[in-house]
Amino acid sequence: MTWEVVIGLETHVQLSTVSKIFSGASTAFGAEPNRQACAVDMALPGVLPVMNAAAVDKAITFGLAIGAHVAPRSVFARKNYFYPDLPKGYQISQFEIPVVQGGTIAIQVGEGDKAYAKQVELTRAHLEEDAGKSLHEDFHGMSGIDLNRAGTPLLEIVTEPVMTSSAEAVAYARALHALVMWIGICDGNMQEGSFRCDANVSVRRPGEPLGTRREIKNLNSFRFLQQAIDYEIRSQIEQIEDGHKIQQATVLFDPDTGETRMMRSKEDAHDYRYFPDPDLPPLVIEPARIERVKAGMPELPAAMQARFAADFGLSAYDAAQLTASLETARYFEAVVAAAGPAQAKPAANWVMGEVAARLNREEKSIADSPVMPQQLAGVLARVADSTISNNIARKVFEALWNGEGSSADAIIEAQGLKQVTDASAIEPIIDEVLAANAQSVAEFKAGKEKAFNALVGQVMKASRGKANPAQVNELLRRKLEG
Amino acid sequence: MRSRTRGTWLACLAAHPAVRRLQWRRIVPAASGTDTGGSIRQPASFCGITGIKPTYGVVSRYGMIAYASSLDQGGPMARTAQDCAVLLSAMAGFDERDATSLQREPEDYTRDLDRPLDGLRVGVPRGWLGDGVSADVRAAVEAGLAELEKLGAKRVEVDLPHAQYAIAAYYVIAPAEASSNLSRYDGVRYGHRAAEYTDLADMYAKSRAEGFGAEVRRRILVGSYVLSAGYYDAYYLKAQQVRRKVAEDFAAAFKLCDVIAGPVAPTVAYKLGEKTADPVQMYLGDVYTTLVNLAGLPALSAPCGFGEGGMPVGLQLVGNYFAEARLLNVAHRFQQATHHHLQTPPAGVLGAGGAQ
Repeated sequence: MTWEVVIGLETHVQLSTVSKIFSGASTAFGAEPNRQACAVDMALPGVLPVMNAAAVDKAITFGLAIGAHVAPRSVFARKNYFYPDLPKGYQISQFEIPVVQGGTIAIQVGEGDKAYAKQVELTRAHLEEDAGKSLHEDFHGMSGIDLNRAGTPLLEIVTEPVMTSSAEAVAYARALHALVMWIGICDGNMQEGSFRCDANVSVRRPGEPLGTRREIKNLNSFRFLQQAIDYEIRSQIEQIEDGHKIQQATVLFDPDTGETRMMRSKEDAHDYRYFPDPDLPPLVIEPARIERVKAGMPELPAAMQARFAADFGLSAYDAAQLTASLETARYFEAVVAAAGPAQAKPAANWVMGEVAARLNREEKSIADSPVMPQQLAGVLARVADSTISNNIARKVFEALWNGEGSSADAIIEAQGLKQVTDASAIEPIIDEVLAANAQSVAEFKAGKEKAFNALVGQVMKASRGKANPAQVNELLRRKLEG
Repeated sequence: MRSRTRGTWLACLAAHPAVRRLQWRRIVPAASGTDTGGSIRQPASFCGITGIKPTYGVVSRYGMIAYASSLDQGGPMARTAQDCAVLLSAMAGFDERDATSLQREPEDYTRDLDRPLDGLRVGVPRGWLGDGVSADVRAAVEAGLAELEKLGAKRVEVDLPHAQYAIAAYYVIAPAEASSNLSRYDGVRYGHRAAEYTDLADMYAKSRAEGFGAEVRRRILVGSYVLSAGYYDAYYLKAQQVRRKVAEDFAAAFKLCDVIAGPVAPTVAYKLGEKTADPVQMYLGDVYTTLVNLAGLPALSAPCGFGEGGMPVGLQLVGNYFAEARLLNVAHRFQQATHHHLQTPPAGVLGAGGAQ
């Protein structure tokens, strides 16, 4: 019996504003408890919320980036419930009329032959405030309350129930994560809770209506998202096959056991008594404001990929790799700008290869790369004009990385790495190598082409890499066959 | 304890009766209050002083303890309209900390105080001086209207057809907002916390049951009910529709008149505890005031005579949006020609008032 899986995601994206959504307090992470909670965040009697325009602009940015409708008028509502880290007794959120409506996000699922593309439709994205934190450790028999997070601006992004596997859900979450960082509305820091997913999962037999869903709350890593969904799918199928019905519930994923456990059942569900917040007028967004936000937005990854393919003749794969993050794309573009469009392909190879590997090894982001794009362009230029070989180029790059010189030229000069193209300088080296490697010479003459490569290697080594490899090839062959 | 007062009104947290009593005794020259459904105007009427509720959004609500946010509005209470004008000039103005505060140029509300009332059209809503008003209040308000006519005003009749639904709409909207606004008094950070409880839910339940009085609990329950899933459309949404209709009625009426006049309350002040057993009777005392809050209009109460037992009666004047200066002008001219506002209460009316 086959099963169909239906998944919808709700993602809480923390908007990277300087101050909170309804107060002037700082949103910086990691301060001492309650040091970044002002009177408004603490819900002192008599205080009132005031909308942070920067949070609205970020919501508009997101709406534009996913081709959604940016509502000209949206409404803040109160979601009423009691919890100790919710000092007002209600959360200000958008309910009936959200600021962003519809839109799609393109995802790539799987690898190799099985890879496929899909458009994930979004239902909505709405602005809301985060709650504080309840701290259950360190307070014997009591709970501590930290209101630093209270009032942090969130954009809750809701998909339609259109994903059919954990792989699709993770691909969507990764694409969304990359996008919100690309357009600069979220720092993407999942450890600090800047990007958290809730997954609604249900299963059904093909052709049947939607099954009863269970919601997995607060998944803050892609791996947990995958594990939690996979566990939930298996568990739901098992239950149904055992003759049980799925009970609608909210569950939590335990990374230690790899299982989900009940948080509350449908019977415990709150009646949030939503109603429009009388403290906040409807959020009116004029067309001029949308235009202003649009003008300040970076080129989106899809548009940039198309341009890289068209202008530089890069493959779709390369273009996608180079637009994995805005920083990577900007770095690549800066290299090409300095080295010229003819160097786009080698620039792409360097950025995806040597640069990426080196950054990875040191766990650095490309924005912190010690080798500036102009410096890398300098390396490419010297390879292009045969001043150095690719091997030497890697040496020069390493030297630049380590700060041994300010430019490729300076390092080539200082370390004497200039490629030797003078045949009269190379020939004596070849002669020496041939004399010292009689066996290889004999093997070559017996028809072993491999021996030739060994001899080239020896010559290159003897020249300390500076000999032009093409020239070495040619001279060596002439001497051996001559 | 037979003193007449506004009783146990929740909204009197800010507009405390003791303050009004002190004002009547001429001990306090002026004070500020908040008016959600009449809590500036009704106490002013009951105590023989002058009080004005400005247009919603004219005075910042920042710092005021919220009861019903879409109705709450602060304003001055003083002996005379002139004093109210001075105080309101200081209180009014845009406040960036209140998103419902209106961005307007500051006004000097004393500027029109002496303007003559010649040709002023005073609209009296049909039915406002009928059977619903006690005879003593009706007589005092009629005398006040006659005085305005002597000053050059012209009396016209206007219709507020949806006014009859206003009190019901008000007692849906105000408790709905209050039920949410009062959530923060849950014993965690604010309000009373029960001494003993078994768990979090029990702490909330006990703390709030113990900390709030019967009338507040009633309003929280009503408010929670009308916002509940399944009841929201029938109560809260319907009440909002009434609210729009009431505002439309006023807009139509102000095409025919400059100010609307009538009673503030159907009776003079009732005795402490007299109506607490019958909240609906008490709510009906707000029949002439709540509709003004629903529409967000400015309105004042100025003393216009005395009723049963020598108790003061107020004349209510309602203006169009931002017509505070005009209302104060009418009340000032009225007070130039009358002495009701200068009278101190006869001995004994306040009972133990002075000794409490």
